[in-house]
Amino acid sequence: MLELIVISTLNGVLFGMLLFLMASGLTVIFSMLGVLNFAHASFYMLGAFFGFQISRWFGFWPALLIAPLLAGAIGAGVERYGLRRVHRNGHVAELLFTFGLAFVIEEVVQIIWGRSPVDYRVPALLDFPAFTIFSTNYPAYKMFMLLVSIVIFIGLLLVLKKTRIGLIVQAALTHPHMVGHLGHNVGRIFMLVFGVGTALAAVAGVIAGPALVTQSNMAELLGPILFVVVVVGGLGSLPGAFIASLLIGLVQTFAVSINGSLSGAFGPLSAAYASTWLADIWDVTIAQIAPIIPYMMLVLVLIFRPMGLLGTRDT
Amino acid sequence: MRKTLAMTVLALSVLGTTAMPAAAEETVKIGYIDPLSGGGASVGEVGLKTFQFLADELNAKGGIQGRKVEIVPLDNKTNPQESLIQAQKAIDAGIRFLTQGNGSAVASALSDFVTKYNERNPGKEVLYFNYAAVDPVLTNAKCSFWHFRWDANSDIKMEALTNYMKTVPSIKNVYLINQDYSFGEAVRSAARTMLAAKRPDIKIVGDELHPLLKITDFSPYIAKIKASGADTVITGNWGQDFALLLKAAADAGLKVNWYTYYAGGTGGPTAIKQANLDHQVFQITEGIANIDNPSSQEFEKALRAKYDFSLFYPRAVNEMRMLAAAADKAKSLDPVKVADALEGMEFDVFDGGKGFMRKDDHQFFQPIYISSFGDRTAKEPFDEEKTGWGWKVVAKVDTPSTVLPTTCKMERP
Amino acid sequence: MSEPASSVAPPLPTSAERLQFYGLWLAGAIVLLLLPRIFGSGGSLTTFSLIGISIIFSLSYNILLGQTGMLSFGHAVYYGLGGFLVIHAMNIIGGNKLPIPLPVVPLIGGLSGLSFAVLLGWVSTQRSGTAFAMISLGMAELITSSALILRTFFGGEAGVSTNRTKLLKLFGWSFGPQIQIYYLVAAWTLIAAIAMYALTRTPLGRICNAVRDNPERVQFVGYNPHVVRYLAFCFAGFFAGIAGALAAINFEIANSAYLGAAQSGTVLFATYIGGVGFFIGPIVGAIFVTLLSLGLSDLTQVWQLYFGLIFITVVLFAPGGITGLLMMHRPLLKAGTLPRLLPSYLVALVPTLAMIAGLILSIETIVHYTVNPGDDPHIRAFGVGFDAASPYLWTLAAVLLVGGFLVARMTWNRVGQAWDDAAATAREKGIGA
Repeated sequence: MLELIVISTLNGVLFGMLLFLMASGLTVIFSMLGVLNFAHASFYMLGAFFGFQISRWFGFWPALLIAPLLAGAIGAGVERYGLRRVHRNGHVAELLFTFGLAFVIEEVVQIIWGRSPVDYRVPALLDFPAFTIFSTNYPAYKMFMLLVSIVIFIGLLLVLKKTRIGLIVQAALTHPHMVGHLGHNVGRIFMLVFGVGTALAAVAGVIAGPALVTQSNMAELLGPILFVVVVVGGLGSLPGAFIASLLIGLVQTFAVSINGSLSGAFGPLSAAYASTWLADIWDVTIAQIAPIIPYMMLVLVLIFRPMGLLGTRDT
Repeated sequence: MRKTLAMTVLALSVLGTTAMPAAAEETVKIGYIDPLSGGGASVGEVGLKTFQFLADELNAKGGIQGRKVEIVPLDNKTNPQESLIQAQKAIDAGIRFLTQGNGSAVASALSDFVTKYNERNPGKEVLYFNYAAVDPVLTNAKCSFWHFRWDANSDIKMEALTNYMKTVPSIKNVYLINQDYSFGEAVRSAARTMLAAKRPDIKIVGDELHPLLKITDFSPYIAKIKASGADTVITGNWGQDFALLLKAAADAGLKVNWYTYYAGGTGGPTAIKQANLDHQVFQITEGIANIDNPSSQEFEKALRAKYDFSLFYPRAVNEMRMLAAAADKAKSLDPVKVADALEGMEFDVFDGGKGFMRKDDHQFFQPIYISSFGDRTAKEPFDEEKTGWGWKVVAKVDTPSTVLPTTCKMERP
Repeated sequence: MSEPASSVAPPLPTSAERLQFYGLWLAGAIVLLLLPRIFGSGGSLTTFSLIGISIIFSLSYNILLGQTGMLSFGHAVYYGLGGFLVIHAMNIIGGNKLPIPLPVVPLIGGLSGLSFAVLLGWVSTQRSGTAFAMISLGMAELITSSALILRTFFGGEAGVSTNRTKLLKLFGWSFGPQIQIYYLVAAWTLIAAIAMYALTRTPLGRICNAVRDNPERVQFVGYNPHVVRYLAFCFAGFFAGIAGALAAINFEIANSAYLGAAQSGTVLFATYIGGVGFFIGPIVGAIFVTLLSLGLSDLTQVWQLYFGLIFITVVLFAPGGITGLLMMHRPLLKAGTLPRLLPSYLVALVPTLAMIAGLILSIETIVHYTVNPGDDPHIRAFGVGFDAASPYLWTLAAVLLVGGFLVARMTWNRVGQAWDDAAATAREKGIGA
């Protein structure tokens, strides 16, 4: 039991940090550009596939560096030539553009790498158990993932709070027009922010690829959860995204290990109800509904606290 | 407004011309309805090429009843509604034989459609050959005269598997983990009933249903399996659910034997080799490449030389060959006559041995093999997915021991 | 008070305008009646039925998107729930031999779509814009996933099926043959289109437009945008339920795919590509997208990629959709300056087509090499055969693509100039462009 709790906590925190790597980029992009990048999870997927391909040619460690840069460059290009054009047609058009982009990126990935999972391996240097809790080995690679996520989080915080560009970005978060009036090249800043945001998602992809299956449907699996994280945390709030990511990561991981159900607690339904839809709800275990718990959280948050946990912006 | 109306008329006339051309009388067309784009395409493409290979084999011998066999690909995008649209298209083009396998939901919809169509259009019947959809209901409660199934359904496979497990005393604690949908349900309930009947000493220490194709990290499930003290895991998982499950197991250092249905599917052998589980993963199928049978090994060699994939569907071979045999027996390609000839037919199956198509429910029974995946010896000439490892026969369950009763009350025309 | 008021109100339509208006609807009805005579095969009838269903669904979606400015990623939920309830209703009606004929059944679907919209709509429509889009996505995912848990109602993975011929027969029609289903769908399409058009002409419809354009101002005028959005949502749910019911009747099966993100995505594509600014926009889009999704998969293996590229092109270059593009020319047509544009269009057409051909060749060749590397390089795409292995083809594709793009850019600049010229002339004549 204790073993299950410890492992689940570790896995939950890990999954949460991975979600945060992606959600942070998404939040910053949304705050600055006002567009919720539907294709963000696609950049995560691109990062994983680029990481896979580059690690095949040059090894994992170069891939860790090159793949995010490549994805970030593509992201910057998307902003410069696509998003900026669509910007004048309103937020709906921007959202639709990123929606179409997500679709196209998935198709292109399918064409180039196929629809089956690819053999993206953990680098040999990290392929050993880090420690053994009770009787389960915890892979060192997962500890590495945790480390990278924390380092990036601290780096992001430092850049935003302590550097000049971070100051400008923070200002542009709340007063984009003013920043333009002050003479900063807002267009270039937008491009930079979009590029960095997508590069962050790509980093998540590069490191998550070997641990999870690298397949062309990665984006559609993780995409909706990402949006839940951002909305629950509060659109535009980075600390909110952090808390929401950890929350959802932990809740999902723990929910899977719980086999409780209403029938377990209160006993089975009487025969009259046993074959109706009521029985389905009564018998379902928490583990079975684990993947939809984030969506239930979304609906609850939206009913009771529409701006999200730490939200500052309204839409 | 005028322009859009004109455009509409134009578009609709394009529709008229894209309708498939009328069937030529010299070929017998078989409509292959499976995913050829999107997520299921990798499996659908392999199936299509297998059928095309088989059609070529038949045509080299003169075709069926003097007519060349043509496989017509119809992309159903793994969607039941789309499958019905494609079936209608096929029927419009004069196709009288449809085959499909990927997805019992699609199979169910197709079987229903074909039955209703044949009822409403006497004289224009079509037959539906199911080569891989294993939901038992298709040959039980929802059976149809027009539907024939060549794959042993999941209950039959579990019957064969549990008959084998009867002979392995080292199995004491069994954990069941399956995907939460009709197939996974069928696997777990059959496993429970049959194990209880044949090896009441075996303890079922866990029974898990997880959402289909949604889990990215199986480590919590592996932790539960470990905690339960199981020595054997039975799972119907396929695709990424199988690959990720094994990955998580390897990461956690879980040492159990895996009894599976679809470990041999695309990606499975790679996952097993990556997890380094030598001869600890078993599967239950109607045949593997390394069976000691010269004709099937010949076929395997030829297929791999042409297409660079292994034969996933020995049952497709049986299907096509039996179609030819039935047409020969009925001396006609009329679907009703072919159906009459097919039911009850006995046949020498691809991998050796005798099988038969049961008249009561149109389910084909054949020898079933339990095999394990691992390092090869000289007796296993074929490896899988370039891993160097191959399947080795562990046990063969003869046809009579695979037969199960049916609840089918077939309505005959 | 009557004098100033009558000079402020818009003039009543002239009899010519009235004739044109009702004439169009009549023409539409006649087209629907005569279509099966021209294309009578089973496949064509199925296609027409699907187009009709898609038209109703897209029009209902446009109540949200075009009229009220609500981008929903989960509209298929109401479509699907309508479908499921209708399947269960048909099973109950058939099983108990209730005197409800099939033509009335879509109304049941509409009512179920409406009730679920009433239930879920208040919470969903609290926010608008991006937040609403995310809420709709979350709701859709929630309900789709629940569909696999609530097995008894949703039938699990296989869904629920029914037999539409078991209901009360009206005028001897059993609704087994596809032609009868076509007429049912056509009739409901006409009714639903008329109803939704009428909705746009009501004060509610107009306030919806106001909420889309300036919700803050609407609040100042005295209406609650939340209530307006909620009402629009309910109407959209009602018509989506009708569409779902017709789909369920057509296929005699409903499964969780009806509710899924793919279905929501398709209706979004259809409505947007057709054009959200005009009433016929979704109709055009529905026809276009349905034909494309049915026909394109026969022509090429990567039809989804083309779909996505078409969508992005429309979003980038033609945010008004196909109808928007066409309607842009209406003032020019009225002013008679349209013929001036035609030469520059024709000139621009050539390099654009060349660029598209080059793009298609490149995509198909790349697909051949990455997806089917071992295959025979003589592939067919879009009905045309070519040899993917010849370097001659590669250079041709590259030339067409790059050259076509560069030349096209120049010619489209000329089109822009010609347009400004024609538009200026139209403005001089007093017709706004």
